[in-house]
Amino acid sequence: MKVKEIVEKLGLQIYAGHQGLEKEISGGYCADLLSDVMGNSKQGMVWITLQNHKNVIAVASLKDLSAVILVNGTKPHVDTAEQAQAENIPILGTSAGAFETAGKLWHLLNYI
Amino acid sequence: MELKFHIMGGDFSNAGSASSEIKRVLKQINVPSDIIKSIVVALYEAEVNIVAHAYEGDMVVDVQPDRLIAVLSDKGPGIPDIELAMQEGYSTASPKVREMGFGAGMGLPNIQKNTDILNISSTPGEGTKVSFTVFFKPKS
Ligand SMILES: Nc1ncnc2c1ncn2[C@@H]1O[C@H](COP(=O)(O)OP(=O)(O)OP(=O)(O)O)[C@@H](O)[C@H]1O
Ligand SMILES: [Mg+2]
Repeated sequence: MKVKEIVEKLGLQIYAGHQGLEKEISGGYCADLLSDVMGNSKQGMVWITLQNHKNVIAVASLKDLSAVILVNGTKPHVDTAEQAQAENIPILGTSAGAFETAGKLWHLLNYI
Repeated sequence: MELKFHIMGGDFSNAGSASSEIKRVLKQINVPSDIIKSIVVALYEAEVNIVAHAYEGDMVVDVQPDRLIAVLSDKGPGIPDIELAMQEGYSTASPKVREMGFGAGMGLPNIQKNTDILNISSTPGEGTKVSFTVFFKPKS
């Protein structure tokens, strides 16, 4: 499944990184601790988090993640969005929480 | 090939940029992608530890035909008990740094897991030196 498909199916906002919407998704990882994501996420995953500062994009880029979903209506900082745009990493948003977002994404990736 | 970067303590907005530059170089010279993945984790954690815990430091990366050797040395408070610092979950990160999602106490364990040789030495009140080697061959 591509990033643009989960944008559509989960009704996500796109804040930046439109160029990366064609990326394939291999799974998801849900965490707000950066070292947790550094150690445990895998290439192609979508990262669900409420962290919205620039280091999120550094981690997502170093780990080759496909996209970041900000939950609870969190918006990216201006420099976060700029960095996401420069690195072609879609930064997406939802008003839903992490539990609901992860649940829906898991269902999409496993049953659709 | 030797690459050198200066890292400023507290400069979170640039944290990871040195690691990202090394990643680009390793891709260019066709280091196997699973090896690059390990190196990137170790470099990033060591880079961010200087940003989060020290005043300033240098990252020197020596890329040899069969291995990468990284040395990160900083001026900073140092680590009084390295064995304790290596334990997963141990962190002295400030509340401000924790709010950003650092301070899980997973950085040093991540470095350990992703390197073949790791040496940490430190003089409290002066600074810390983290050196590691990763070989460019599939892990057995
Ligand atoms: N370069 C350094 N200078 C001084 N102290 C350090 C340095 N690197 C690590 N430490 C000490 O070791 C502890 C553990 O480091 P580690 O990287 O495992 O966790 P952390 O940086 O606190 O959190 P995380 O890496 O998960 O964001 C730190 O909290 C700090 O006390
Ligand atoms: Mg750390």
